[in-house]
Amino acid sequence: MTANYAIETYDLKRIYKIRGPKRKDDPAERVALGGVSLQVARGGLFGLLGPNGAGKTTLIKILSTLLLPSSGRALVDGLDVTKDVTEIRRRISMVSGGETSGFGLLTVEENLWMFARFYGLENADAKRRIDEMLEVVGIADRRRTKIADLSTGLRQKMNFIRGFISDPDIIFLDEPTLGLDVTAARDVREFVKRWLRQNPDRTILLTTHYMAEADELCDRLAIIDSGKLLVEDTPAGLKKRVQDEAMFVLKVAPLGKPVEGDRIEDVPGVQRLAVTDHDAHVELTMALTGEDALPGVLAHLSRRGAGLVSLEKREPTLEDVFIQLVGRRLTEAAGVEA
Amino acid sequence: MAMMSRIFASPAVRRSPALRSLLSGLWLGWQIETNWANPIVFITYFIARPVASLTILVVMYSVIAQDILGTPFFAYVYLGGALYLLAGQIVVGVSWVVIEDREHYRVAKQIYTAPVNSYAYLLGRGIARFAVSVLSVSITIPLGVLVFRLPVTWSAIDFPLLIVSTLLGLIAMAALGVIIGSYTYQITRQAFSVGDTLNGVFYLLTGAVFPIELLPEVLRPLGYLLPSTYWLELARRALIPQPVAFQAISSLNTETLLAILAGMAVVFAVLSVVVFIWSMRLAKERGVLDVETNY
Ligand SMILES: Nc1ncnc2c1ncn2[C@@H]1O[C@H](COP(=O)(O)OP(=O)(O)O)[C@@H](O)[C@H]1O
Ligand SMILES: [Mg+2]
Repeated sequence: MTANYAIETYDLKRIYKIRGPKRKDDPAERVALGGVSLQVARGGLFGLLGPNGAGKTTLIKILSTLLLPSSGRALVDGLDVTKDVTEIRRRISMVSGGETSGFGLLTVEENLWMFARFYGLENADAKRRIDEMLEVVGIADRRRTKIADLSTGLRQKMNFIRGFISDPDIIFLDEPTLGLDVTAARDVREFVKRWLRQNPDRTILLTTHYMAEADELCDRLAIIDSGKLLVEDTPAGLKKRVQDEAMFVLKVAPLGKPVEGDRIEDVPGVQRLAVTDHDAHVELTMALTGEDALPGVLAHLSRRGAGLVSLEKREPTLEDVFIQLVGRRLTEAAGVEA
Repeated sequence: MAMMSRIFASPAVRRSPALRSLLSGLWLGWQIETNWANPIVFITYFIARPVASLTILVVMYSVIAQDILGTPFFAYVYLGGALYLLAGQIVVGVSWVVIEDREHYRVAKQIYTAPVNSYAYLLGRGIARFAVSVLSVSITIPLGVLVFRLPVTWSAIDFPLLIVSTLLGLIAMAALGVIIGSYTYQITRQAFSVGDTLNGVFYLLTGAVFPIELLPEVLRPLGYLLPSTYWLELARRALIPQPVAFQAISSLNTETLLAILAGMAVVFAVLSVVVFIWSMRLAKERGVLDVETNY
């Protein structure tokens, strides 16, 4: 059976019951997904970008048959996640980042072998794929090492390739680079890109809260926040939405005191503003209607006694898209009152 | 390892998820339980501990009754204590596997998204625990013969009875293990204490070291519901053909006991499948299949 889409959801909802709320007036339920409808075409990498708690993992768990939806429908490869569990599991795999788990007393090779058996792979196939993947991510020399003796980074790499040895049609990667150092994270991204180039008919659904990662990897992506999908487009298409604005990053030290009734947001031409407090300076990221709005901003800053450290115009990023949609930054950073 | 590879490579195994999962569970369980890289752990758990608890038992009974060594009642107690280890390993062992996978190895996500027949996989892990305990019993029983004048003689052992009753018992007890394991999926906190508690309770209820007839009347029916009760009695009869002074369920002859155990094997097996499927669904509904509590 060939479905049109790799993944489809229709008004998918998931509500968690909170067991034993700590206080009387704590809510007894939490809405993790508040009606998500999504179609992911076959082939390529689809990204879900959203902050912590947005519902990304919940969606992945439902699609990978670990969790039942509260209502709505979800299809993977045209199969219903509530009914065709075994058939779906044959075609998918799931890797979640930060996952350093495993049967500690098995070696890397034994562990991968066991999963190859779970999928009923032929010995020759399994051996070839395990060899190849170990080589690609650079842990071939550790194949006889017990998992318990691996560093967490290497354990995460091993778990990552476990997701690929069964040669699945659809792979769910839940924040695959979470907690990895810069080099390892790059290795993982390179691996993903290479694998998709070699297997263009396969689909990867990847979640991340790193916008640069989403920008680099995704063919299409959806932004999710508080259990709702906000937009879905190509990274370029999303950025185009904010391109008619001028993005400026101003570093000031100090920011100075706002004068009553005279806030930066009220300066003519300021569309949006995000404020991040760094140790030595405050960073103002603002979207202006155009460059001609800049003098007004600078005049405001000097009125409140702010010292300008640097000023930079930059290309719009997915972060700007997120700020436009949600009204706050994607990555958590201390916000201060402006 | 080489032999395992050949078994897994056979088309019959590759094509059947249940067989693959059972054998993977067995293989993995054996690796975990024997952990030969650390013989100290193995010796402590499977030899030193049972020997110690049996010795305590022997000493306690010797204080109460003089000249007890070598008597049929002593045999009853010693064999019950030694064999119960096997029953406990499988009845409570499956629960342990559920908790271990989820909380200790934290592989629930990996296993329950793979095309694994989880019932068969758990069964395999449980049977591996049982198999390892056979090693332990094959040390504690000869030790009883040598040191405590346990009246077991090789030539008098009724092997057909021992094998048939152990197979039936294994099916019934493993199925009961899966039922308890199914319950374990649902509890997220304090899950670790469940196994130990049940192990202790069953030890008292099943007539391992004193006849069930000595239990308060209200508790006796619980003992009669446990397959280990019948298996222990049958295994004792197979090992010591001469009648034992206080027989639990002593009025029943061997054929009746076998029939009861066979019936239990069927009933528990069917029940375990139903309960397991229901429990998996409930766990997915509640979102606890892969839950990791910080213990
Ligand atoms: N097992 C659970 N019980 C209760 N609430 C949960 C559970 N899992 C997740 N949540 C809540 O659901 C929301 C979405 O969580 P999650 O899907 O993990 O988001 P993300 O992966 O995007 O960070 C969060 O508010 C989170 O606290
Ligand atoms: Mg998450």
